[in-house]
Amino acid sequence: MTKTITLAPVRKSLTVKAPQAKAFEVFTTGMSRWWPATHTTLKAPFKESIVEPREGGRWYHVGTDGSTSETGHVRVWDPPRRLVLVWRLNAKWEYEPDLDTEVEVRFVPDGAATKVELEHRYIERMGESGETARSAVDSPNGWSGILEEFRKLVDGV
Amino acid sequence: MAYQNAFAALSDPTRRAVFERLIDGSQPVGRIARGMPVSRPAVSQHLKVLKEAGLVTDRAEGTRRVYSIDPRGLGALRRYLDQFWENTLEAFAAEVEKDAAREEAKE
Repeated sequence: MTKTITLAPVRKSLTVKAPQAKAFEVFTTGMSRWWPATHTTLKAPFKESIVEPREGGRWYHVGTDGSTSETGHVRVWDPPRRLVLVWRLNAKWEYEPDLDTEVEVRFVPDGAATKVELEHRYIERMGESGETARSAVDSPNGWSGILEEFRKLVDGV
Repeated sequence: MAYQNAFAALSDPTRRAVFERLIDGSQPVGRIARGMPVSRPAVSQHLKVLKEAGLVTDRAEGTRRVYSIDPRGLGALRRYLDQFWENTLEAFAAEVEKDAAREEAKE
């Protein structure tokens, strides 16, 4: 019997004061308005995060200079209820075509509000990337740089 | 810091195989090495790297060293993504509520 390393998925849920369709719309076509500009696969400054509104649609970032870089794609497109994105970013916040982790988002009506449930799963697969994971250790753009950005966010700087 | 090392440590397939042998529970080096395509000293070396990455711990049992998985190592990766989504979803909620409030005001 083969055993593999697994990690419990990251699960988040929150309730937003908006109808289901609005929540789905802002999450997908409005992603550029809330995606953290610090967290991108781009070399140029972040401008947009585009989710093409269909199954198989691309998910990519656009920089202020017009350059683009891939993030993943749409695996399930079921508006306004459910979305599954394939996240192909590795430990160094770089696109890896073979990496397959899933971000599922469900939008559940709750009166006039909407409960948004997010699950990021198969995250242990990020540990399987070879050279990039190794070089991420010392890279200023690797985890330590990202964690520093987080600290700033958390501390409200 | 801890989980950068966890990524790097598990990126080696042999080392990952060593790590996975411990999923069933604690084992001494000799038993981990049995059936592995690499020598016992090589297995010891992999265990040392895994220990430095915070993925395994060891203890002395008589003359043997017994290794087991340290759950805190992989937990760091998970905590990172947990924090990422926590912050990101808050930004999303603020944006969607602003949008909804604007539309309500228009009606």
